[in-house]
Parts: sequence; C-alpha cells; structure tokens
Amino acid sequence: MAKVIIDQERCKGCELCTIVCPQKIMVMSKSFNKKSYHPAEQINPEKCNGCAFCAMTCPDVALEVYK
Amino acid sequence: MVERLLMKGNEAIGEAAIHAGCRYYFGYPITPQSELTAYMARRLLKIEGAAFIQSESEIAAINMVYGAAAAGGRVMTSSSGPGISLKQEGISYLACAELPCVIVNMMRGGPGLGSIQPAQGDYFQATKGGGHGDYHLIVLAPSSVQELVDLTIKAFDLADKYRNPAMILGDGLLGQMMEPVQFKEFQKERIPSKEDWALGSCQGRKPRRIVPFNLDPDELEKIVNKIGRKYEDLPKEVQYEVVNMDDPDIVVVAYGTVARVVKTVIQKGKKEGINIGLIRPITLYPFPYAVINDAANRVKQILVAEMSLGQMVEDVKLAANGKSKVFFYGRTGGVVISPVEIWEEVKKILNQN
Amino acid sequence: MMKKVFARPKSLTEVPFTYCPGCHHGIIHRLIAEVMDELNIAQDTIGIAPVGCSVFAYLFFNCDMIVAAHGRAPAVATGIKRVKPNNIVFTYQGDGDLASIGTAEIVHAANRSEKITVIFVNNAIYGMTGGQMAPTSLEGQVTQTSPYGRDPKTMGMPIRMCELLSTLNSPAYIARVALTKPAYIIRAKKAIKKGFQYQIDGKGFSLIEVLSTCPTNWGLSPKEANEWLEKKMIPYYPLAEFKNVEEVS
Ligand SMILES: Cc1ncc(C[n+]2csc(CCOP(=O)(O)OP(=O)(O)O)c2C)c(N)n1
Ligand code: SF4
Ligand code: SF4
Ligand code: SF4
Ligand SMILES: [Mg+2]
Repeated sequence: MAKVIIDQERCKGCELCTIVCPQKIMVMSKSFNKKSYHPAEQINPEKCNGCAFCAMTCPDVALEVYK
Repeated sequence: MVERLLMKGNEAIGEAAIHAGCRYYFGYPITPQSELTAYMARRLLKIEGAAFIQSESEIAAINMVYGAAAAGGRVMTSSSGPGISLKQEGISYLACAELPCVIVNMMRGGPGLGSIQPAQGDYFQATKGGGHGDYHLIVLAPSSVQELVDLTIKAFDLADKYRNPAMILGDGLLGQMMEPVQFKEFQKERIPSKEDWALGSCQGRKPRRIVPFNLDPDELEKIVNKIGRKYEDLPKEVQYEVVNMDDPDIVVVAYGTVARVVKTVIQKGKKEGINIGLIRPITLYPFPYAVINDAANRVKQILVAEMSLGQMVEDVKLAANGKSKVFFYGRTGGVVISPVEIWEEVKKILNQN
Repeated sequence: MMKKVFARPKSLTEVPFTYCPGCHHGIIHRLIAEVMDELNIAQDTIGIAPVGCSVFAYLFFNCDMIVAAHGRAPAVATGIKRVKPNNIVFTYQGDGDLASIGTAEIVHAANRSEKITVIFVNNAIYGMTGGQMAPTSLEGQVTQTSPYGRDPKTMGMPIRMCELLSTLNSPAYIARVALTKPAYIIRAKKAIKKGFQYQIDGKGFSLIEVLSTCPTNWGLSPKEANEWLEKKMIPYYPLAEFKNVEEVS
C-alpha cells in the first residue's frame, strides 16, 4: 500500500510524472489549477507501489509519497 | 615614540592595509602598482587565516573581493588604468550590494593601454561612477607616502561605516616614491562587527540573501534611494588641505602629485611677491565644494592643474559657481606637470586679468 | 502507519520555483537540497546564484545566498571560501554563465582547486535571454543567434567542460549526469553528494555537470525535451565520472 499526495497548486502540468510511473496511474486532470495548468492526478491509487519515481522526476516538488 | 620607516609608496599602502586589519587581497599585476601586489603576497601568505590570490584577471579579483566582503572580510584589491576598467562591473555590484572594500588605483597614462607613467585621467571614472548604474565610490586622493598610509586606513573605515566601496586614487609617482612614514597604533575594536549582515552560518537566524538586483522598478528604486541617502550623508567626511590661503592673489586647486608641485610654486611665488593659495582636495568624493566656493568669493581667479585634459576642473567650476574665473592647465599621457609650467601659467593669468 | 518515503527537502524554502513547466532546474535544485539535508549542512552552506534563469535560486534554498555577476560565481565563491573556510560553498551556473562569459573564472577556480562545489547546468541554450546559442549548443542546433543551425566552421563545436577541466591536475571530482529517467536521477544525486562530501573532507574542487532541458527555448514539450536530451545530448556529452581523487590511476 502506498500513497501519493499531489500539491496541485505547485503542479505545472508538465506530464513528466506520467511518463515515469511504472503503473501508468499518474494522469493529467481535466480541471485547471490557479496557475491555469492541468495538474496531475492519480487514477487507481491502489495500484501505486510507492516507487516514488513520479516524485523524483517532478521538477516542481509537487509530490509526496507515503508507503 | 612611533617608529619612522622609509617606505616606497606602493608598499606603504600594503603595510597600511595589513595594519588596518585587512587579511584578504586579490589582484592581478600591472605597472605602476605591482609592488603592492607583491607586498601583499609576501605578507599575507605568512599570516594564518589570511588569503592572497594572484587572480586570473582583474574581473576575477574584484569578484573575489565581492565574495570576501559578503563574508565579512576586510578586503582589498589594487590595479591601474586598464585593470581598473575591468573591475568596473564588480565595483557596481559591490555598490549595489552595499559591500565594503578598498580598491587602489595608482593611475597611469590613458586611454587605451596608454603609458605606465603617472597620470590623473581616471578622475571621472573614480568620482562619477565608473561602472554602470547609479552609485558613487568614496574616493581619497593621497599626496605623500604618509598619506597613502593614513588614507588607506581611513578608506577601510569609511567603507565599513557606509558599507560602500572606497577607492584610493593615487598615481604612479606616489607609488614609486620613498618617504618616511609612521604607523600609529591601530585598535582592532574600531573595525565594526559585520555579524548582523555578512554571510556565514545561518544557525539560529534566518538565511541571508545578498541580491544586487530587483526586476521590479519600484523595488529597485527603493534600493538605489537607500544607497543615495548615504551619499547625502557623505559631505561630512570632506577632507582637504589649504596652503597660503590667508590673502591669496590666485588660488590653485590640485590633488595628489600635482599638489606637491604646486607647493614648490607657492615658495617661488613668495620670493617674487605673488601669493599663491592652494586648495588640495583629499576626499575627491565627497568633493570639497564649500571651501572652493568660499575661495571663489575671495579671489578673481582659480587655476585648476591636473595631469589630464581637465576633469576635476568641472567640479571646481561647479563649486565656484561663476563667482570667479576658473582656468585650467593640464598635461596628459603620463607627463608630470613641472613647477615652471604652473608658475608660467599663474603669471599669464595674473597678467591678462 | 505509512511512512513518508518522499517529501520536500527542508533545505528548500516554500517558494514555488519560477521555472517553466518541465524545466530540469527544479529537479537539480531539489537534489542539491536533499544532499544538504542528508549531509546536515544547510546551516553552514553559502550558495551563489548566477545570472540566468536560476538567478532566482537565492529564493529557493534555506541557506545564505548571494547573486554573482554573470559568470563570476567561481571567483565570488573563492572570496567567500577564503574568508569562511569552515562554511560549505557552492555555485550554481548555467552554460552561458560557466562555459562562455565565465570560462576564465571556472578554469582557474578549478586549477587552484578551490574547496567549492560547482553545479553546472548544461541546457545547450541561453534560457533567460530567450534562446540564444550557448557554447554548449549542439552542431546544427537552431537558436535565436544560430538561425540556420550552429555551423562549426564559424561557431566552433560545442564545448565539453568536464573533459576540458579534467585535463587539469588539481580538481578533486568532475562528473556529468542527466535527469531524464529515475536511474539517472539517482546517479545524479550521488554525484552531487560526492561533490559536497569532497568539499567537507577538504579534498578540493568538484564540478557536477547536469544535462538539463529547456523545453521553452528548445520549442519542445517537456516529454519531447527529455527525448531530445537523450537522443542528441547524451551521445555528445557522455555521462561519466571524469575525475575522482578517490580513484587515482
Ligand atoms: C555581463 C552580462 N552580459 C549579458 C547578460 C545577459 N544575460 C543574462 S542571462 C544570460 C545567459 C544565461 O544563459 P545560461 O547561463 O545558459 O543560463 P540559463 O538561463 O540557460 O539557465 C545572458 C547572456 C548579463 N546579465 N550580464
Ligand atoms: S509512486 Fe510510483 S507507482 Fe506510485 S504513482 Fe508514483 S511513480 Fe506511480
Ligand atoms: S511532474 Fe510534477 S509538475 Fe509535472 S505534471 Fe507531474 S506533478 Fe505536475
Ligand atoms: S527558459 Fe528554459 S531554462 Fe529557463 S526556466 Fe524556462 S525552460 Fe528552464
Ligand atoms: Mg543555459
């Protein structure tokens, strides 16, 4: 069991986390954040393995990972 | 009794700096000040915790000064002409960041590579900014080896007091001259603590940032205005020497080496029945406007003599404010003005007017 | 109870980065901050921000910071370190800053083996000024000032700073890393940590070149930029340790 917390206001919608996630569960939200970016969101969170690849890659330090 | 030593000007500056607690020197060799760089190497490399670096360029040297000053060190660099030009970017950063340091310019003939003979062509560069933007240096102009000592020490104190770079504006002749000097006792306590602003360990306090820019014009204006207020305060530091000013027929304004020449001419004048007064600015920035203005009320003619095409003369004209006629005599390119030339000029002015 | 396995390093302030989406400057900042946390040195570290997109780096690190003139950070670092030898001093510099206008400063700081750590961000372009050619721009690369592509006949070949500096005897550590995949990021952090550790141990000068993207001025999406970096930059700029005092041959 693992969990990713996304600070959607820090997110700039760069999509880099979506590429590195081995479970392909990081996706871009359809909604906008205050800076008008589509922030990242997680689908099927139960599939998350806590590898933290997403957080490691995030240029804006928008992700926290718990395991 | 304080001991009197016979010292060469350039070396006296170095010893004075060390005497004043300067432990960091960064510089690049250039005539006519190379003895100063060599002197600092000899002395500082033997002092534990001190640093001497012959930098890769004057640009690097002034930026090492910027770093050392930011870290709270008493720090100096020195150069001449072309090297001082290279330092201008860094000097502007130092002024913006309000970092104290001492820069020595032993002026040589310019422009360009110029010559290595003494000159005074860097007056504008020194007193009006020199680098980009809105700032001034504190500029001190010695005219003897003893003054090289005293003003070097004073330059460190003023730089710290105003958190602004200070410049010793000498020339090649002063640097090479040998004269007896005394070093009065220096109390370390007079170096102000930099603990409240210098960079270091931020344990127990907020991290500090030294940031010589602001992209918001209103914010940058605040920074520059704060610096500007220091310059409004500076006139109280004005220093000058007056000679034979009781009842002069004519007043000569000259600084540094040229003022020494004028002193010889004063003696000649006395023999020939002409009273030549001398005003010798010691601080070039702040400039002694008031004493010159006062003289302009009393004499009809002021002669400014400089080893340049005429630079300080503009400040003298501002000071005289039209109350007396301001004449100029200059030699440039590294030619030192002789007493005869000034004497002839004085006679010419008095005869014509 | 779940354990935090990845969190914002304490050596970063809360200020959001000013960089464009997907720009690697942010990853590099975070890695430096993680290393500062792990070595417990933030309270003693003095960082030097360059002129370039990362001129704002002073806002992001929880340690004393100073902004240097364009290219002069190694000289500024030298001055600081000589006055405060017990502090940890690092510079953060772009390719225009370090490999063009500041070439003299970096070569001589390295040659004196100043006990500083240099983080060199090679994004093959001038980011801040809007995409002009950098000394590290690749052959044929189109930029604002090489509109027909970088022509080595008149513009020279891209400069490999690690290789160039490795010809010097004195530096303690010189390495090139990239950040386009997690394995690279882990290696990059190790290299940065070594750079700081060597400084702490008094071993001398260290420089870590980080191949970095500039999606904005490359005219690519962050994902495409990562691909371009892997396909074009890494073959020309091999990832390696070029110098390591620990492994003297
Ligand atoms: C003396 C000087 N020349 C030019 C500039 C303008 N300038 C600012 S940043 C920069 C280039 C930055 O490129 P780089 O160092 O690669 O950093 P990046 O923005 O790519 O991270 C230039 C030329 C300046 N600030 N100072
Ligand atoms: S922790 Fe790993 S599995 Fe979970 S979302 Fe991030 S990258 Fe995907
Ligand atoms: S990597 Fe970070 S900034 Fe980019 S989309 Fe993912 S969470 Fe957002
Ligand atoms: S311009 Fe380029 S280097 Fe600068 S922040 Fe944007 S992506 Fe990064
Ligand atoms: Mg760049």
